[in-house]
Amino acid sequence: MAKYQLNVNGQSREVSADPSTPLLWVLREDLKMTGTKFGCGVSACGACTVHVAGVATRSCVVPIALLGERPVVTIEAMAQDPVGRAVQDAWVEKDVVQCGYCQSGQIMTAVALLRHTPRPTDANIDESLGGNLCRCATYVRIREAVHLAAQKLK
Amino acid sequence: MTNSNTKVEGLRTTSRRGFLRATATAAGGLLVALYLDKHTTAQEGVKPSQIPPPPKKDYPPDAFVRVTPDNKVVIQVNRLEFGQGVHTALPLVLADELDADWSQVVSELAPAGDVYKDPLFGIQMVGGSGSIAHSFTQYRELGAKTRAMLVGAAAARWNVSPDRCRTAAGVVHGPAGQSLKYGELAADAARQPVPATVRLKEPSEFKLIGKGARRLDSRAKCDGSLKFGIDLDLPGMLVAVVARPPVWGAKVKSFDDSAARKVEGVREVFEIPVTRGGTGVAIVADRYWTAKRARDLLRVEWDDSKVERADSTRLFEQYRQLARTAGLSAAARGDAKAIERVAPADLLVAEYEFPYLSHSPMEPLNTTVRFDGDAAEVWAGSQFQTFDHMAVADVLGLKPDRVTFHTEMAGGGFGRRAVPDSHVQREAASIAKRFKGTPIKLVWPREDDVRGGYYRPMHVHRVEIGLGSDGLPHAWRHVVVGQSLLEGTPFAMMMKDGVDSSTVEGVNDTHYAVPNFSVTVHHPKVNVPVLWWRSVGHTHSAFVMETLIEELAARAKMEPLAYRRKLIRQEPETKKLLAAIDLLDEKTAAWRDRVPQGHAVGFAAHESFGTGVACAAEVSIRNGRPWIHRVTVAVDCGLAVNPLTVESQFQAGVSFGLSQLMAGGQITLKDGRVEQRNFDRYVPPYMPDAPVAVDVHIVPSAEAPTGCGEPPVPVISPAVVNALSKLTGKRYRTLPLVTV
Repeated sequence: MAKYQLNVNGQSREVSADPSTPLLWVLREDLKMTGTKFGCGVSACGACTVHVAGVATRSCVVPIALLGERPVVTIEAMAQDPVGRAVQDAWVEKDVVQCGYCQSGQIMTAVALLRHTPRPTDANIDESLGGNLCRCATYVRIREAVHLAAQKLK
Repeated sequence: MTNSNTKVEGLRTTSRRGFLRATATAAGGLLVALYLDKHTTAQEGVKPSQIPPPPKKDYPPDAFVRVTPDNKVVIQVNRLEFGQGVHTALPLVLADELDADWSQVVSELAPAGDVYKDPLFGIQMVGGSGSIAHSFTQYRELGAKTRAMLVGAAAARWNVSPDRCRTAAGVVHGPAGQSLKYGELAADAARQPVPATVRLKEPSEFKLIGKGARRLDSRAKCDGSLKFGIDLDLPGMLVAVVARPPVWGAKVKSFDDSAARKVEGVREVFEIPVTRGGTGVAIVADRYWTAKRARDLLRVEWDDSKVERADSTRLFEQYRQLARTAGLSAAARGDAKAIERVAPADLLVAEYEFPYLSHSPMEPLNTTVRFDGDAAEVWAGSQFQTFDHMAVADVLGLKPDRVTFHTEMAGGGFGRRAVPDSHVQREAASIAKRFKGTPIKLVWPREDDVRGGYYRPMHVHRVEIGLGSDGLPHAWRHVVVGQSLLEGTPFAMMMKDGVDSSTVEGVNDTHYAVPNFSVTVHHPKVNVPVLWWRSVGHTHSAFVMETLIEELAARAKMEPLAYRRKLIRQEPETKKLLAAIDLLDEKTAAWRDRVPQGHAVGFAAHESFGTGVACAAEVSIRNGRPWIHRVTVAVDCGLAVNPLTVESQFQAGVSFGLSQLMAGGQITLKDGRVEQRNFDRYVPPYMPDAPVAVDVHIVPSAEAPTGCGEPPVPVISPAVVNALSKLTGKRYRTLPLVTV
């Protein structure tokens, strides 16, 4: 066990964890922030996507010891973020979710996309969200909602 | 959910007053609720003889609806929500008859309880696309009865006749312009008798049904606040993972846990029974990551000497051999020997192969159990509350009424949370039994699920078709080989003469008219646990039937939709499928013959779970894979209770259906071991695999609603493959498509 000082959603948090513990499990079990989901544990589904230093990152494969001082932003902060809020609103308006389990990761990935590509094409969306698995396969509406969020942010 | 559980208990055991008090306490400040206990109405001054006897299948409204003083209408949903939208649709149905204010409706998942059993199946479950089909009238009546009680309370207060009152948006209006909100009437309404019968609305009176409402759980699923079963966090809770045998039924010979026990936070390592008579080693720790790390350090020696080691290659060889012999009869019409007299030029012989498939819902399997010695509590995203509830009680040696079972929101399921042997809940209970008073959350890491069995069974179909001079099939002999889903489960009684109809559904009950028609089935016994996978037998049967029909249409040089229309029997049972085909024809007429070079359109039409579906897919080939530009779906599901959900289920459901088509969509076994581990090798469809656009058209209907969860799945794979065949001239009879 070692102590780590984290910056999560703008707040400083101290945790005590084994250095191998993935950021995902620190968020879920130490910080009780369960909005970030465990899907595969091998970076293959994207359900655990958070932003690390502004980059969409699979938190299930980031050992806490390697995180350093890079700030972490999770789904729990999206309602207070202009882009995050627009994406969430678009998701609700398009009635995207079904089971909803993957949607935290989809939304975090979409927000990262819209930050650097405010008017994404279908190809941009495929490229960016193409690794986020939705087992209900709500892909048609995810795509529509990303376009809608981009319009809202104009 | 704790509140609702108190209610169910209260109905049976406590007096009305005591019950109300208990409820108020449990609800944390909720003062009055519309609760009514029929068994103790006498306490309210009504003689039991004045109460009409309850009709058959009468549900107490108070177990389902609670009107709070601040005008909230809290509705209990009698089954699991795992994406299909029932958490919105059933409250919508009730709220419409109640004339509730939709913005005030709160939806909750009911715990396990007799009152929440599916009215048709007799157990509490989700399956067979029956959520709306079976509970539509039930929820309408509950809404109408609750409304009548609120109207009765208002009428009494105004001293007018109830039939001079009307209701709208959560308010009762009186003849002299009086009005009272439902919340103001809730306490009085609780003293009104539950009407034995009520008038239900005419469809023209619906305000919510059929209009399209967005999901109630949407925002909480977009901001991370919604808690799924796996998110549960209870005081003192520990987390467990289990090392399971590499072959089903194998047992622990010995294990060395010295390294595992050294991991800080590990509490206990011990052997437990697991499915199919096998044993495994449970590791209980303070957190998931601790338990997972410790499991990686565990050394287990397994004894698999007494179990069969299944092997996909060998099984397919056996299945192909079996398919050349007649099995148990599942359908027989006309002359069974007719096929043997068909001239070779008029004979089509086709063999199809389908692998095992994993459901792999996004939320890994999990269940939490706390054993308190003489009672227990369970939290599970369960499609089969009745079985899972009883299984936990059985393992813990408790009566079911000592086990409180909470239904947790689930991240997908597709059948994987409807397991007749409740093996996940049994494991969780076995572990919790060692930790009295401590909640134990059992988590199955993704690998455990991908390799854990309970797959859609592998199948071989062999079909011989004799064609007449009119280009239509005159003789059809069809053999299906596949493990039975029902055998060895409590549903085995549904098998008839050894035939599991879920293996042949979609074939033996086909709507196509073939005069000489025979379907037989073999159910081999294989040491691989199998389970229904969204749309069950229709996953493979629709693929076989609809690729063959389109092949026959091409051979007859007929339009695919016209060929189907000609071949489908004209009977009341085929009305919905024909209506779907007609609508698809209309909606695709403008574009289906004008697609760009290198594109082709394939069709499929299939009825499952009472819903008729027709589908057209425009496809090209990119990098050796099908690229799906557009899908049009036409559906006849009777009255579309929530058209937005119907559209959503079909848009996404067709993409889910591609799970069995795209390369990587297969589970294979080699010498007893599953060869895939995680989503890196068992690859479900991702966004680039899904259609770019799916437009859904619903046949207008006022008939009883049928399901929409499963019917999208069967049509897509044959439609895509029929398009591919037009592009390449090849036939595709083995799934998944490794190369096009």
